[in-house]
Amino acid sequence: MADQIKIRAQVQGDIADLRILMQHPMETGQRKDEKGQIVAANFIQTFAVLHNGKPLIDGQLNTSVSKNPLFAFKARGIKAGDRLTVNWTDNVGDRRQDEIIVA
Amino acid sequence: MIELRRKLLKGGTAAALLAPWLGTGLLVPGRILAAEWNRAAFTARTIGEALKAFGAAAATESRDVLIIGPEIAENGAKVEVEITSHIPGTRNIAVFADKNPMPLCAAIDFAGAALPYCRLQLKLAETTRVRAVVKAGDGKSHVAFREIRVTLGGCGG
Repeated sequence: MADQIKIRAQVQGDIADLRILMQHPMETGQRKDEKGQIVAANFIQTFAVLHNGKPLIDGQLNTSVSKNPLFAFKARGIKAGDRLTVNWTDNVGDRRQDEIIVA
Repeated sequence: MIELRRKLLKGGTAAALLAPWLGTGLLVPGRILAAEWNRAAFTARTIGEALKAFGAAAATESRDVLIIGPEIAENGAKVEVEITSHIPGTRNIAVFADKNPMPLCAAIDFAGAALPYCRLQLKLAETTRVRAVVKAGDGKSHVAFREIRVTLGGCGG
């Protein structure tokens, strides 16, 4: 089971800063382990951020995004009590979804 | 519809054909294309092929796209870049690293009240030019560049 997605939202006036940490190995498929075997590619391919169930961000990623990637976005109109949902799917079909209520 | 989409996604010329409809609402890229990983563009091995497959070969250089990033990255495994677009109607920001084995790193669609801004962390194989391609609602593409020097590559390690 994949690790929890960490979501932070900071509302300043009209604009909210969103920070999203997705815990994932993001293996490129080019790295070799200590025995010299190639480690299979394992990376997040798609992710989405939803605000009260409506899409805000839709992302597609490649192996060249760092391990445990941290993303930051900005959006208008997010206020305390709103629900933010983040989900991702990787190339081997693993998924994870987490949500927070904006404080 | 699925059949049609398959055909449309094939090849770079198809992307060019799509462009005129993007602003009309007939084809809304965020909703239709985002569901499926853009394999052709992400697995392209050269920057030219990647831009073509992404439908951004004709992007014009713009000062309204800003890339903030380090001049020198000591560790290519985690290089933070920040991209802001001041292009009206920005729908998508894509990040390419010219010299990475697969240049297209990420493509991000903005919907609703999201502002055309993102900060993300890349792996860079070697010193490379990073480019941000912005697709706007009128179907036009805009691009900005930034050179990042890498002292320790991040793709093999």
